[in-house]
Amino acid sequence: MKICCLVKEVPDAAVQKRIDSGTKRLDRSGEKNLSPFDTHGIEAAMQIREGGAAEVDEIVAVTMGPETAVRALHKSVALGADRSVHLTDGALQGSDVNATGYALAKVLESEQPDLVLLGQQSDDGECYTIGAVVADHLKMPSLTQVIEIKLEDGKLICERQAEYGYDTVEIDLPAVISVGDAINEPRYPSLKAIMGAKKKPLDTKATGDVGIEAGEVGEGGSKTQVLGINPPPAKESGEVFEDEDTAETVAKIVAWLDERKLI
Amino acid sequence: MAGSILVYALHDGAGKFNNNSLGAISEAAKLAGELGSQAGVVVVGDVADDACAALGAYGATKVHRAKAVEEGLAQPVVDVMAKVMNEDDYSYALFGGGLLGFEIGAGLTARLNAGVTMEVTAVKVAEGKLVAERPVLQDTAIVDVGYVGDKGIIIGRLNAFDLKENAGGQAEVVDIEVELSEWSTRARMRQRGEQRGADVNIEDADILVGGGRGLGEKDNFKLAEDLAEALGGAVAATRAVVDAGWYPYAAQIGQTGKTVAPKLYLAAGISGAIQHKVGMQNSEHILAVNKDPNAPIFEFCDLGVVGDLHKILPKLTEALKAKRAG
Repeated sequence: MKICCLVKEVPDAAVQKRIDSGTKRLDRSGEKNLSPFDTHGIEAAMQIREGGAAEVDEIVAVTMGPETAVRALHKSVALGADRSVHLTDGALQGSDVNATGYALAKVLESEQPDLVLLGQQSDDGECYTIGAVVADHLKMPSLTQVIEIKLEDGKLICERQAEYGYDTVEIDLPAVISVGDAINEPRYPSLKAIMGAKKKPLDTKATGDVGIEAGEVGEGGSKTQVLGINPPPAKESGEVFEDEDTAETVAKIVAWLDERKLI
Repeated sequence: MAGSILVYALHDGAGKFNNNSLGAISEAAKLAGELGSQAGVVVVGDVADDACAALGAYGATKVHRAKAVEEGLAQPVVDVMAKVMNEDDYSYALFGGGLLGFEIGAGLTARLNAGVTMEVTAVKVAEGKLVAERPVLQDTAIVDVGYVGDKGIIIGRLNAFDLKENAGGQAEVVDIEVELSEWSTRARMRQRGEQRGADVNIEDADILVGGGRGLGEKDNFKLAEDLAEALGGAVAATRAVVDAGWYPYAAQIGQTGKTVAPKLYLAAGISGAIQHKVGMQNSEHILAVNKDPNAPIFEFCDLGVVGDLHKILPKLTEALKAKRAG
């Protein structure tokens, strides 16, 4: 069995994020890191490998992004992936969700995985959707926000929470599964794994290498267009203070509740 | 008709439609009115004629019903909606907030090679086309997104669209046959809507203490329960802790849980991610205790305390009890 993990480099949680008013895109400068959501996908792949219900021959980390995105791949390899693939091409810049999903599907097609895993959301841009977009381009069944994966007779048995409670769904392989953060507790990479990560194979691919039609990606291939950016409606901001003396803090909270007749 | 909007109406399997879907139908009808087009609805499963026709009350003119398609999984619905959009010339697909809407909308995007906008909080008409408003960067900016090409997908945020009953009468109900894609048949529902944990009522409480991952462990929910008792309220939870098995699903607020608007919402160890925020942001007063000063909840609470809830909550409970006794 071959598992591909889609990963993404996102601005570090501590970085103040902003939109570039010129390009109308998220300013992605500053400290970046592997999306924490995607570490759950890699961990899920590792647990399938270690679980013994299937022989996992290979775990491949796949990303699309600028040159710097190799760091997310190194981290993915340190967390357990055997090798990685980096789709990078100036032509991809400004791709919207549909164009990104199409491009990722093309790279995955060249890898022919039995299972594609990814985090349920990317933290910085598109929410929840990329897995389902990729799946339809690949003509594979998919499920998102999965919190448990079991292998049974070569099929996946997945659990997830939906609108009316928990659903249990049986899925044939190959499939695309996005996982929620409740699925596992990602391990910390060992120092040895971190040191060895840069020595693991990393393939760099351009759009032409995997048969991506240039007209279908980038700003020109995108089907959405940012028309403007506005501030949100003004809202009176609340008071935030630090707890230094807990007795004082509690007195303050009680007074606040009292004033509003909440107690 | 070009410019028409197709809405997916999620239901519980027994024909009771989801309020977010009804809100999306109301919104589609309003927008169709401005565009001079129509609002249609897709329903999958064997939902009664009356229940489908009654969607006319929200402004739908036509309901496309695929009786043979099972409700609950996204990809078969993608097959249905793609067919209806192409054959009946719909320009837009609109979804109320919810997980299935995200999945179906995303699949439809790939299938129709159309643009998609998600977490949309408002939709407007500009130059005869729809423009979606989407908050980004933890709601610190709102982006106006337009569509290139002849189709567009709009996925609303939970509770974004108000449910409005119009004077509209009955919708026309049309049965359709759809051949499913091969890959749509390769996922099968084994069990839908399993309830986990006790059945608790949080929707009627005036005061809610919400517990999140910051509580640290399951047993620490006792801190939230004690505080709720002292306040005369109930305890709610985030999805993360429900999925982790710390608290019952019935107490969950947000994207795939309940929507509440109590007089007081006290968030204990809750970061305030969008998925949670959408379920409680209409609370009259929001008080947050969290040790992370960068937690998004501090952006929209009325009173925020940056500190250790394990220290603060017990003392607050004690103080409230003493006040009540005194």
